[in-house]
Amino acid sequence: MKPLLACLLLFLTWLPSLSIAEEDVRAGALLEALDVRSFADKGEAISELAISEDPRTRYWLNALLDGSLQRTHEGRFVVVLNNRGRSWPVEDALTQEDLGEISRRELNRISINNSLRNQIRSLIAVADLYSEDLSLRRASAERLVGEVDEALAEFLAEHIEQETDRRVQQRLSLALAIYQLEQGELDAVAELHGSLNTDARIALSRAAAQEENPLLAQEAQAALSAIEQRLKMNRTAETLYFGLSMGSVLVLAAIGLAITFGVMGVINMAHGELIMLGAYTTWAMQQLLPGQPGLALLLSIPAGFMVSGLVGIAMERGVIQFLKGRPLETLLATFGISLMLQQLVRTVISPQNRTVVTPEWMSGSLVVNDALSLTLNRLYIMAFALLVFMALIYILRRTRLGLEVRAVTQNRAMARSMGIKATRVDMMTFGLGSGVAGLAGVALSQLTNVGPNLGQAYIIDSFMVVVFGGVGNLWGTLVAGMSLGIINQVIEPWAGAVVAKILVLVFIILFIQKRPRGLFPQKGRAAGD
Amino acid sequence: MWLTQPLYERSTRIFLGVLLLAMILVTLLHLAVPADHPLYVSAYTVNLFGKYLSYALLAVAVDLVWGYLGILSLGHGAFFALGGYVMGMYLMRQIGDRGVYGHPELPDFMVFLNWDALPWYWLGSDSFLFTALMVMLVPGVLAFAFGYLAFRSRVTGVYLSIMTQALTFALMLAFYRNEMGFGGSDGMTNFRDILGFDLRTDETRLALFLISGVALAVGYVICRALVNSKLGRVCIASRDAEARTRFLGYRVERVQLSVFVVSAMLAGVAGALYVPQVGIINPSEFAPLFSIEIVLWVALGGRATLYGAVIGALLVNYAKTYFTGVMPDAWLFALGGLFVLVTVFLPKGIAGLLKQRKQAKEKEEEVPA
Amino acid sequence: MKLLKEMANRDRVFEFLVPQQSPVDVRHGPILYLEDVSVSFDGFQAINKLNLTIDDGELRCIIGPNGAGKTTMMDIITGKTRPDAGSVWFGSRHNLLEKSEPEIASLGIGRKFQKPTVFEALTVFQNLELARATNKSLLPTLLEQMNGDIRAQIEEVLELIGLKELHRQEAGILSHGQKQWLEIGMLLMQRPRLLLVDEPVAGMTEQEMERTAELLTGLAGKQSVVVVEHDMGFVRSIARQVTVLHQGSVLAEGSMDEVSNNPKVIEVYLGEEA
Repeated sequence: MKPLLACLLLFLTWLPSLSIAEEDVRAGALLEALDVRSFADKGEAISELAISEDPRTRYWLNALLDGSLQRTHEGRFVVVLNNRGRSWPVEDALTQEDLGEISRRELNRISINNSLRNQIRSLIAVADLYSEDLSLRRASAERLVGEVDEALAEFLAEHIEQETDRRVQQRLSLALAIYQLEQGELDAVAELHGSLNTDARIALSRAAAQEENPLLAQEAQAALSAIEQRLKMNRTAETLYFGLSMGSVLVLAAIGLAITFGVMGVINMAHGELIMLGAYTTWAMQQLLPGQPGLALLLSIPAGFMVSGLVGIAMERGVIQFLKGRPLETLLATFGISLMLQQLVRTVISPQNRTVVTPEWMSGSLVVNDALSLTLNRLYIMAFALLVFMALIYILRRTRLGLEVRAVTQNRAMARSMGIKATRVDMMTFGLGSGVAGLAGVALSQLTNVGPNLGQAYIIDSFMVVVFGGVGNLWGTLVAGMSLGIINQVIEPWAGAVVAKILVLVFIILFIQKRPRGLFPQKGRAAGD
Repeated sequence: MWLTQPLYERSTRIFLGVLLLAMILVTLLHLAVPADHPLYVSAYTVNLFGKYLSYALLAVAVDLVWGYLGILSLGHGAFFALGGYVMGMYLMRQIGDRGVYGHPELPDFMVFLNWDALPWYWLGSDSFLFTALMVMLVPGVLAFAFGYLAFRSRVTGVYLSIMTQALTFALMLAFYRNEMGFGGSDGMTNFRDILGFDLRTDETRLALFLISGVALAVGYVICRALVNSKLGRVCIASRDAEARTRFLGYRVERVQLSVFVVSAMLAGVAGALYVPQVGIINPSEFAPLFSIEIVLWVALGGRATLYGAVIGALLVNYAKTYFTGVMPDAWLFALGGLFVLVTVFLPKGIAGLLKQRKQAKEKEEEVPA
Repeated sequence: MKLLKEMANRDRVFEFLVPQQSPVDVRHGPILYLEDVSVSFDGFQAINKLNLTIDDGELRCIIGPNGAGKTTMMDIITGKTRPDAGSVWFGSRHNLLEKSEPEIASLGIGRKFQKPTVFEALTVFQNLELARATNKSLLPTLLEQMNGDIRAQIEEVLELIGLKELHRQEAGILSHGQKQWLEIGMLLMQRPRLLLVDEPVAGMTEQEMERTAELLTGLAGKQSVVVVEHDMGFVRSIARQVTVLHQGSVLAEGSMDEVSNNPKVIEVYLGEEA
């Protein structure tokens, strides 16, 4: 059967050009060798294929790996391009010529098992080590760690010298060292000392556990404990990072409230819904600018500020100004507004969550080392939160509006008699606080789903942050938000997310009993009344 | 005796009279009128009214602390839910081996979690007397612990409101956890008997409705006696000028604490009446939204009147039943709008309107004289 | 029940329930004694090493420009503000710094605020009822019933402060002067050993002022009275002993004439003339 098919194949591929045809004969034989029953034979055939210097090697290996390398009943090797439906579009595995659609019943897959799959992966990686593309080389070196066998080790030992990129070199040495350690070489321990790589750690702990070579076990143990130490530090750093990241979200959510509640004394229960509106603004922006999520996100910053700010001003003018000096009533009225805003979004847009796309420059992560990588979106949000915070401090301390706000807060009657339009200041302050809530929403859209209930999830947390930090103190809000974020992340690993949240709430409830005015209380006679 | 004193007062008599009349009327219309008659009150409706009455008791409890003490509790739903959970535990135990898994002692959800014994805090839950005691004690102890800390350090006003909200929110999160041993997010349901009476029969429903009415009446009289006493006047004094009250020699924090605890206990009783009538208790009763809704009932009816709280609770809940049946989407708009309208245009609630009208009438009568 | 009822009417029956009204030991000197008291808010030194002694039965006027620390001093005595340093003694037995506001009030120190604070939602009668000296702990307050004796006490004071006609009205509708009087009436109901009166005549007519002066001087002797006042005419009309506060400490002390001739006082009040 097979020679016959080979002839057929030869015949078929002979047509375009003779020199190619000659090559294709060899290639066809290589592929032919893959179609055997025994996986061991298949493995050898794969190795043969890999060392053939055919430029299509990688293409075939990849096809073999994802199961798209198949054979027609006529014996022709094809690559399936799309395996949906009954007939699949295919191309010729040798010429890459489009063959139209073929019924799936006409096709047989060249099957592989898991160990072959690993083998192929390493082979592809090796193939990639020759690539001109640096990122491809780095990725392939990464893949080889923990996958080295004897043949590969020999190859690597030579190849490392040729490699020009330091990172690729390091990875390859690591891969090699792990192999050498597994072979019982003592020198390899030194190479692995302090490495945070998981495979290196597994190899070391295996070496430490074996009993044939006590010296090696001892050395490996020493290296392991050094690694443990470093890992611990990295974990602490990671907790800190997550804590700060969560903290900056809390600060963003709470800082607007710190202005409306702290400076104006207005309890805005609809603050969460203003955050939600900011998040929906981002979503709407992305709908308006399809295909440009980054630009849409950047534009959402001013847009979210405007939308939430204007809604806030409308609330202030429409309701809150009539409830001046009645904080509990304000609380209830704004709560009513929050219900209406939620329902409005449900009715007008949808009760379902909406996804906001993360632009490319915000996705991915910053790899510090093997054990620590910082997700970029959180990093951006941290920076954004700090920026917003600084801007607010600047506005309140250095601008005319800030001066007027402080004047009205401290002595309304006096401020008015000096020509400050107190009602205008109220409006602007509330607008500012609400606008900042919108900004928080824009940021949050990058972390969570955007839905009508988004705001509810943050309102209690935001109040906790403001109260914990001390009302009327923006720095207090910053410190409180960050520390609550960190506390939460520290508790979470051993208590679980829900219990951590409960504990934090209980902690604040108890804390407020001890210090009713928060971390940084306002002092003085005025504060007492 | 001071507790019976309100019975000699006109407004209390009117309130009790109207309540009694309504209870008799509902009973008659349910029992004596044929089912196809337009005036017939179905068992479903009786059940609904029973639910409203337990809400009304809850509203009275909230009015006691908000109206008279000036403490806006956004966490009274927690006390209500705790009372409900205690009752739910009793009802769960009454199911016995008739559950899905047929375990003689453990409720289904515990069998499902592979627990092999009742946790210690379920001890005694099969006794009705013990349950009746706990229905008041559990919310009372929580209110005492929370209030003791809060009032001692003079956490008042908005801060206290936010803290009570955090309290109920934390409890909600806790009760959502299966490990708590209260059925997790599903809570407890599929109840069968109470004191040997089948909960699903019309007679039991009617009885529960009547008991709720009596509980409301008793709770109302207790609260009325409290606010009519000199202590009630101290409450009002501390609401309006806390520092001044202290300088008169009253220990304001003790007054606040004791009234807060009484109110929490009443809320617990309301919860315990509510659960057998709706047939389920789950963590959503702890939701901050529910607690704020209660405050709205009181605000709409008129705070610091007690009867206003009852009117508010009945009106809002009737409206809720109506709206969620006819146009569910509109309900949150209506509720939200109500919050705004009441606080801006009707700060004294319906009771305030009634008083105003009465005063206006009196003035009119004075003019010709 | 009967026992409870009697406890509510306990004035004479149960002696142990009557708050100890006069445990104040004044045998060894003054009734009120402040030594080296200092307090600061946010770096502002409101009270600076203040020393003040009030004798039993004395009527003392305290004057001083704005910000001299008069109200803060009252806050410290009544327990509202805790000083950073110093000691405050009521008689020779009670260290006021260890006590809460209600404790201090039940020891027998009454206070009238600068801004008249009455319970606006309660009637004039009820305001006085709440102020009445009696056991103010929880249960007796809950169970107390109005009786002829209490009514008589309240009516006596109503007469004195001239609000008898208005006793059924809510205190919120009173005029500024009437509120001042009501608050003085509440002080009288408290039967304190020491009265702290902050600006009692602000907003009063000439005639009302005269009556206030009469009332306060009438109280002195039986009770000790400390009056803080801006109105020099009023101070002159009642004062025997005057203390001048300036920047949180005592600038001068003596009779009105001595004080008003004191060059330091003149400088403080009139500027750099001296």
